[in-house]
Amino acid sequence: MKVNEYEKKEYRNIWTISEILGGEVLPVSFELLGIARELAAKRACEVWTVVLGSGLGGAAESLISYGADRVILVEDPRLGAFNDELECHILERLTAKYRPEIMLGAATNRGRALIPRLAGKIGAGLTADCTALAIDPETGELLQTRPAFGGNIMATIRSVEYRPQMATVRPKVMRAPVPDLNRTGEIIREETVPEDAAGIKEILRVVERKESSVNLSEAKIIVAGGRAMGGPAGFQLLEDFAKRIGGAVGASRAAVDNGWIGYPHQVGQTGATVQADVYIACGISGQIQHLIGMQSCKTIIAIDVDDTTPMMKLADIAVKGDLFEIIPSVINELDERVRA
Amino acid sequence: MKIVVCVKQVPATTDAKIDPETKRIIREGTKAVLNPFDLYALEEAIRIRELVGGEVIALSMGPESAKNVLTEALSMGADRAFLLCGREFAGSDTWATSYALAKAIEIVGGVDLILCGKQAIDGDTAQVGPGIAAKLNIMQAANVMQVDEIENGTLTVRRMNERGYDVVRLQTPALITVVKDINVPRIPTLRRAREARRIEIPIWTYKDIGADPDKIGLAASPTRVVRTEPPAIRNTDTLTISGAPAEAAKLLVGEMLARGLL
Ligand SMILES: Cc1cc2nc3c(=O)[nH]c(=O)nc-3n(C[C@H](O)[C@H](O)[C@H](O)COP(=O)(O)OP(=O)(O)OC[C@H]3O[C@@H](n4cnc5c(N)ncnc54)[C@H](O)[C@@H]3O)c2cc1C
Ligand SMILES: Cc1cc2nc3c(=O)[nH]c(=O)nc-3n(C[C@H](O)[C@H](O)[C@H](O)COP(=O)(O)OP(=O)(O)OC[C@H]3O[C@@H](n4cnc5c(N)ncnc54)[C@H](O)[C@@H]3O)c2cc1C
Repeated sequence: MKVNEYEKKEYRNIWTISEILGGEVLPVSFELLGIARELAAKRACEVWTVVLGSGLGGAAESLISYGADRVILVEDPRLGAFNDELECHILERLTAKYRPEIMLGAATNRGRALIPRLAGKIGAGLTADCTALAIDPETGELLQTRPAFGGNIMATIRSVEYRPQMATVRPKVMRAPVPDLNRTGEIIREETVPEDAAGIKEILRVVERKESSVNLSEAKIIVAGGRAMGGPAGFQLLEDFAKRIGGAVGASRAAVDNGWIGYPHQVGQTGATVQADVYIACGISGQIQHLIGMQSCKTIIAIDVDDTTPMMKLADIAVKGDLFEIIPSVINELDERVRA
Repeated sequence: MKIVVCVKQVPATTDAKIDPETKRIIREGTKAVLNPFDLYALEEAIRIRELVGGEVIALSMGPESAKNVLTEALSMGADRAFLLCGREFAGSDTWATSYALAKAIEIVGGVDLILCGKQAIDGDTAQVGPGIAAKLNIMQAANVMQVDEIENGTLTVRRMNERGYDVVRLQTPALITVVKDINVPRIPTLRRAREARRIEIPIWTYKDIGADPDKIGLAASPTRVVRTEPPAIRNTDTLTISGAPAEAAKLLVGEMLARGLL
């Protein structure tokens, strides 16, 4: 809603919209609490989170341990699967009742559908896919930074005259805090009302697909291949290498578009964002759309014949050479060390 | 079925350059095209019309040059097209864009289904589709990968989620945004392309769609871009290893062990 300076003061605290999938709190919900706590410390306000679901078990307690001061819990059997209209109705009511100053959602499939619907309804500004957030401690104004133009530019966005200030944040961009099991917080139970169910869609089935279960975002080590892999056989070599060091296999879009490996393996702006401890880029030149998805990995190792590529320049360790010679030699070297 | 497809004109490459002086995005000299994701929305709309009959209307908000992308939509098979144009619309964020497009859809009247692309390749927000659905207060499904069934005022679709997909049934009027798995867009025939060039594309101003001038354009947009800059690239001291493969491998493994990476 558009507000004047006086009305602004009625909006307080930072909210996150937590996300549950298949009965579990998605890790991005904890990441949202991490950044919300940082902002709240500067603004001296509380962090609240909203959980919509069915059979939520210990979700509220775990969200408190990750930094929520208050958890608004709405349980209803119809909230077991994502229903845009129903969730939007509930959030519209809750925002009108409690008036948060800032609302953060996850830039997941659900968040990218629900949050813009909500912003449209309540007339608030919404910044998509933020990678950095900063707050003015005095005014509560949120400075929101996001990539646009396919990652070629970073834009900083403000929403000065509207409350709440809304933003979605990509998974794996913010770090989740360390949970503190001694933290205490309040659980506020809210009920659904009959009007919430007006004009809501019917959810017929929720189908899980096996091939989408490659979980790159949780891997500690990722071995990723690009155009240089030349085909599925190249990825078999990477698979062997990854298995040898306990890693998962990632890929550039060039490799995925060529059909050498499935889309769930793609890292980058239009694929997964990863935060592994070690990322080994094999024959990936490091175009910005790829870098966006992996540059916050702790250690980056690149293998390329050309040592002038962006990836070789930003890597912590750059190995110049033909990957079809280097990788087998590395596997060999690892075997020798085990034997020794 | 009366179907509206929202299409956006975008720069052909996202290779955006920033003017070092003004810090603004340089748009001059870049070719403009139809947002690639909107091709899938158009194709799906045309397939639905071929199946159940009706009409496909392409709608865009943008500068006068955006007529070109509407002509492209017509040459693919859309029946009619409208352009929302006027400086009052300039600088609209996704909220104001959604408002204007929703107003225009109301003026078209009797629309059963609205299709949008998954996202535009320049703004990249994916917010306009759900924004329009909110303004019209109709059901929505984002990231649709398949339309399963259309009957008696309902639409059954599969929409992607992180673990797979959901099958959901919407009552029309409804809005869906589509991903590229949904179809393979057709190539316009030469004959249709020639016909399309002769179809007149009416221009609608904010008055024509009954839009409140206080809800469109930069001044009415809740978000404001205050700064643009090139992305920061991670700054590192790179250790370079080269030489014969066996030697390089030995050095690499040694280094990884020393840094506790294995
Ligand atoms: C809107 C948009 C979104 C995009 N999203 C993504 C995304 O999510 N993820 C993504 O990855 N890309 C994305 N891209 C594509 C991106 O711009 C690049 O085209 C792509 O990342 C290039 O892949 P690559 O590095 O594997 O290939 P290339 O750039 O061709 O690099 C191949 C590298 O391999 C090296 N090489 C060749 N042979 C050997 C050998 N034998 N041994 C060692 N090295 C060798 C070469 O020197 C070169 O550096 C996107 C593009 C756009 C426009
Ligand atoms: C660098 C930069 C960053 C921005 N960030 C934000 C932001 O975070 N929040 C915000 O509210 N605004 C933002 N904007 C403004 C936003 O880009 C414009 O409002 C734009 O007109 C629509 O957003 P989009 O390109 O993201 O479209 P999307 O929402 O990604 O487009 C989705 C679909 O909506 C339809 N559509 C979108 N625009 C039109 C149109 N003009 N005509 C017809 N159909 C259309 C198409 O079907 C399209 O596939 C930003 C602008 C810039 C330049």
